[in-house]
Amino acid sequence: MLEITDLQARAGNREILRGITLTVEPGEVHAIMGPNGSGKSTLAQVLAGNPAYEVTGGSAIYDGKDLLAMPPEERAQAGVFLAFQYPVEIPGVSNAYFLRTAFNAIRQSRGEDEVDPIEFLDYMEKKLELVDMDVEMLSRSVNMGFSGGEKKRNEILQMAVLEPRLALLDETDSGLDIDALRIVANGVNALKRPDNSTIVVTHYQRLLNYIVPDYVHVLAHGRIVKSGDKGLALELEAKGYDWLVEPQGAVA
Amino acid sequence: MGGSIETLVNREYQYGFVTDIEAETIPRGLDEQTIRLISAKKNEPQWLLDWRLKALARWTTMKEPHWSNVKYEPINYQDVIYFSAPKTAKKLGSLDDVDPKLREMYGKLGISLSEQKRLNNVAVDVVMDSVSVGTSFKAELNKLGIIFCSFGEAVREHPDLVRKYLGSVVPHSDNFFAALNSAVFSDGSFCYVPKGVRCPMELSTYFRINAEGTGQFERTLIIADEGAYVSYLEGCTAPKRDTNQLHAAVVELIALKDATIKYSTVQNWFAGDENGEGGIFNFVTKRGKCAGENSKIAWTQVETGSAITWKYPSVILQGDNSVGEFYSVAVVNNHQQADTGTKMTHIGRNTRSTIVSKGISAGQGNNSYRGQVKMMPKAANARNYTQCDSMLIGNRCGAHTFPYIEVQNPTATLEHEASTSKIGEDQIFYLTQRGISRENAVSMIVAGFCKDVFKELPMEFALEAQQLLGITLEGSVG
Repeated sequence: MLEITDLQARAGNREILRGITLTVEPGEVHAIMGPNGSGKSTLAQVLAGNPAYEVTGGSAIYDGKDLLAMPPEERAQAGVFLAFQYPVEIPGVSNAYFLRTAFNAIRQSRGEDEVDPIEFLDYMEKKLELVDMDVEMLSRSVNMGFSGGEKKRNEILQMAVLEPRLALLDETDSGLDIDALRIVANGVNALKRPDNSTIVVTHYQRLLNYIVPDYVHVLAHGRIVKSGDKGLALELEAKGYDWLVEPQGAVA
Repeated sequence: MGGSIETLVNREYQYGFVTDIEAETIPRGLDEQTIRLISAKKNEPQWLLDWRLKALARWTTMKEPHWSNVKYEPINYQDVIYFSAPKTAKKLGSLDDVDPKLREMYGKLGISLSEQKRLNNVAVDVVMDSVSVGTSFKAELNKLGIIFCSFGEAVREHPDLVRKYLGSVVPHSDNFFAALNSAVFSDGSFCYVPKGVRCPMELSTYFRINAEGTGQFERTLIIADEGAYVSYLEGCTAPKRDTNQLHAAVVELIALKDATIKYSTVQNWFAGDENGEGGIFNFVTKRGKCAGENSKIAWTQVETGSAITWKYPSVILQGDNSVGEFYSVAVVNNHQQADTGTKMTHIGRNTRSTIVSKGISAGQGNNSYRGQVKMMPKAANARNYTQCDSMLIGNRCGAHTFPYIEVQNPTATLEHEASTSKIGEDQIFYLTQRGISRENAVSMIVAGFCKDVFKELPMEFALEAQQLLGITLEGSVG
């Protein structure tokens, strides 16, 4: 489904990804772990097409297509979804309108009919339940005045609505208390299907108690330094990252 | 002609076309003879001709104002055609046959059928170049005693009303452009809502400049008698031409005791091309008088077009407890210039005014808000709230705010809030990551910024306004 080969990227003059190679098959959950500044969030942002990052080498083939050549909206329409670490506020735009516009844009790209607001509201009802959100939040402006937990749940709500084939969860657990974490994780698990895949970017192991990965990769200085199964995450929990991460100078 | 009316009410922006219809046009230039010719063509009574001539005499002594924050080459007023009329003007039937494309657009935007029905419930007067070419729903309105017709017809059929109120809010000598309009105005809309009547439908005038080299000088006069209510919409378009065309309109509103007038405008005159060639010079005087106590006048405007916009819809709050409101969205892109705002003149006691202005600047556009709030000595406990927000897209555009405040009563209260923001790349990325195109993302962010104004617009106008914003800003972000 996704084949990343020697992916390199930078922000401004700063090299962040220095050659990532990773293959994700349908149905798989991959966890990307690593210390702060290792490039794990950048990987998610680059795959989603954030123009703040410049790809300087390598490739990412998604469903046989050159993912890196597609603008962000085409990636989204092709089923790539990024749950943001810091969801953005859009004043004056209601959550309902935003969600429906996104939903219809994706439907339209597949040649499907758009849904009207009434149909959409019906559709939303089940999705809201999934993340334990009140219908009232649909009329609020996108992420405006949302608490940290509400913002993250809103991300998962969007994921539930758009039903992506490849979900990138960027530090979705950060800033969540244990109840919110459970709600978010349950939402993600409920959306799991044999034909869709998830990449979970996280600093801590605790999210992986709820979203169980098939593979765990440790990033350091923009490279994958170790891969393993979910046992690796537990090992990291016990030992920390230091035993895997050499000082940056030594790598170069 | 039926076809061209259909194109007139077609709200999707394909407005740059020229309609090929025979027009009766008088020679370029302006002097007393021109005025006599216009007046004669319209079979006007002597009093109106006299009023025009008085205005012309005054205008010739006046100088074009240059205090606004706009720049343009001098206008040669002798090179303008002051009257042009389509030869085969035919009456509009109803708007039941709304253009299927328009219907489709509403469907796409998710407006339910009942809203589409409401769309038909709009009485429209269409003014093309100098004359009104048709008014719809007249019979239905007549039953309620509501007069809604072209200005010319009002002069013939209701001379007493016209004579009583014409120039009562904007005198013929008010300013350079108002004086010019008073001298040469050709047609426009007239509306009178009698005592205690609530007008059951939106009244609308659709202005269209078609003929080349022609100025448009329409005049609108709306009177809401005691306890009456009316909501009025104004839309405007013009073909794409590489020369500038002059539009100098006057709108006068009079609200008597307990009456309410809502006046909404979506101004979409041709803005000139991306190099700043052509476009409409829009010099408009709009003013309302809350003459009676508890009366209310609300202006809502969405200004997306014109090369230059010079416009300050104002309210004179004369009656005690009267209310004035001004909600404005002004967008400039490419080389457009807008200097727009309002004047709220508080005369009566407990008068209240609200000003919400949203300026959006893109390209090399220059956007100025200019507003005056005046509390006169007798305006005890008068209140004003002003909110003035600017949004910048790119780094070659400009936003300016010129608030003028004059308080002569110590019990008056004024509040002024202002902000300036930029569209963030992070906002655009967030929306595009959800499958929304970059252009739609920008429209959505801008529409959100303008929400406080859009919510004041009637439904069908709000949607149009939102679409227009998108079109105006097309190509303004990378």
